[in-house]
Amino acid sequence: MTAKTLFEKVWDAHEVVAETNDTPATLYVDLHLIHEVTTPQAFTELRQRGLPVRRPDKVLATLDHSTPTSPADAAGNYAYVTPEAGQQVAMLEANCAEFGIELNGWGSDHRGIVHVIGPEYGATQPGMTIVCGDSHTATHGAFGALAFGIGTTEVGHVLATQCLLQRKPKTLAIHVNGKLKPGVGAKDLILHVIGKIGVGGGTGQVIEYRGSAIEALSMEQRMTVCNMSIEAGARAGLIAPDETTFAWLKGRPRAPQGAAWDAAVTHWKSLVTDDGAAYDNEVFIDATDIGATITYGTHPGMVTPIGAAIPAARDAQEEKALAYMQFSGGQRLTGEKVDVVFVGSCTNSRLSDLREAADVMRGRKVAPGVRALIVPGSVLIKREAEAEGLDEVFRAAGAEWREAGCSMCIGMNGDIAQPGQLVVSTSNRNFEGRQGKGARTVLASPLVAAVAAVTGQITDPSTFLEQAA
Amino acid sequence: MKPLTQIRSRTAVLPFENIDTDRIIPARFLTTTERSGLGRFAFNDWRYSADGSDNPDFPLNKPETKGCAILVAGHNFGCGSSREHAPWALLDFGLQAVISSEIADIFRSNSLKNGLLTIVVPADAHRRLLEQPGIELSIDVREQFVAVPDGSRIGFELEPFAKHCLLNGVDQLGYLLQQNDAITAYEHQHKDQAA
Repeated sequence: MTAKTLFEKVWDAHEVVAETNDTPATLYVDLHLIHEVTTPQAFTELRQRGLPVRRPDKVLATLDHSTPTSPADAAGNYAYVTPEAGQQVAMLEANCAEFGIELNGWGSDHRGIVHVIGPEYGATQPGMTIVCGDSHTATHGAFGALAFGIGTTEVGHVLATQCLLQRKPKTLAIHVNGKLKPGVGAKDLILHVIGKIGVGGGTGQVIEYRGSAIEALSMEQRMTVCNMSIEAGARAGLIAPDETTFAWLKGRPRAPQGAAWDAAVTHWKSLVTDDGAAYDNEVFIDATDIGATITYGTHPGMVTPIGAAIPAARDAQEEKALAYMQFSGGQRLTGEKVDVVFVGSCTNSRLSDLREAADVMRGRKVAPGVRALIVPGSVLIKREAEAEGLDEVFRAAGAEWREAGCSMCIGMNGDIAQPGQLVVSTSNRNFEGRQGKGARTVLASPLVAAVAAVTGQITDPSTFLEQAA
Repeated sequence: MKPLTQIRSRTAVLPFENIDTDRIIPARFLTTTERSGLGRFAFNDWRYSADGSDNPDFPLNKPETKGCAILVAGHNFGCGSSREHAPWALLDFGLQAVISSEIADIFRSNSLKNGLLTIVVPADAHRRLLEQPGIELSIDVREQFVAVPDGSRIGFELEPFAKHCLLNGVDQLGYLLQQNDAITAYEHQHKDQAA
């Protein structure tokens, strides 16, 4: 048998019709995740054509983007940013009811950011094909699933046929070997990778992350890495499943149980790239080269080690980016005054991320003039964090402990920063205006974000921890 | 979708790299449940000043770009989110084609499904187009070339199935629905397997 990459194994197992010169492949979709923002027009299309949802049992819906992160009032009403946002939520509720789709909506334990609840529910499993009308769908690749972000027209395709038309992408292996330094985590790693290959470095390709530094990551950390594959332009990001994956999935509501579990694990163990299988492209990164990493510009490829002088603008684009950020070449960002800290998003809102932030905030205060928002990724994570007393840690520090959702990552629900404010954010995009018109975003790990909250400025976490010790 | 065979227009140029989908249409406009009428939000935070008037520095506000159906943009246009609202907004704004040296995957896929032609040209041709805003281009979808006023032609690749759909004005769902038997056979075969 020919040696295959992990990507090829998953792809081949889902080809309903192989691609030809004239036509793309028809790829079967095992799990379709949907949310309120990118689906209304797809359901309308189905209704206009008189089509049913082919496999409602393979669709999982939740509410995350437009939802407020403040609790409902005494009458049970939510403070939507606009009536339109509330209408969008109501429309998904109605569409799910009409087409027989499970909605983890208001009141459900499994409501939360779509890329957080899929894994948490055990719906995300190795070897699956997973799609969602959201570019951060690559998150699920952490489990060895092939997961694509798609548009609304394609959401309609998958609802109607459970299939997606796709040209076979190329493969890019990113090998990260060695041991990460203390205080350096998955977010630093992926920001470093994007800085190396660029925001278009992954275009047309599926990334497989591999090597000893990747194998050493927890599932939460692997999700952080795969999540940001799209920020390098990649179609998807994958990590081969292993014992870490199986241990994390076991016992989750939708994971196989009993004998089915054993059979599944046997199958999942085959989902590795064979020796001798070739990738179209390969990149090698030494984990020991990676330090605490943040962005300094207006796309996720403009990254810098936190204490370093930022590079001078190399062209008019970078000049424009630096002007927007109110930074100048040669400047060190440490000491820069921070206005807002956001810990959350599908990149960094899991329990381990919240613990990382709480460890810094425990017994300390958010610096005067700083607004800190802590937004758990799901209702379940919120509850788990509260059981550990993390909410008390955040509240005592003066941070806002909010309801689950996408919140300030995309700023659709009214959680935004003001023009000119500097936000240290654990999210995934530092585009102009992403977190509010004129807001300036610095992407960082939960550790760096929490340290920024308590010091009121961008601070190297290693310096901070040394002084704290 | 109307058949798209030929586009003839002067170019409007946005000579900036990595124009992301948040720039094309900010997230706060995604609460719509419709796909029409989004042109007024295209490039919203770039196009309008704080008081709501047209920002004179935004290239597409210049009088000479009025009615341009072809946008020439910097490298890696459409990066970022999967929002199909981006091509919906650009089409409603009046664009029919976007030319760049690289176009992000999901944006390209969404655009072609809506009749917005995305064209990737080599770096040197791209540079020439960026340097000459307002020139009249003629795009031939069937023959896959862009005709430039100096008489030269820039060839481009176009995925054959997307091309077929554009030329004939058909959408891809019809094709997928025709595969019902193959899909049913696949489902039957994989019924008892995990993933």
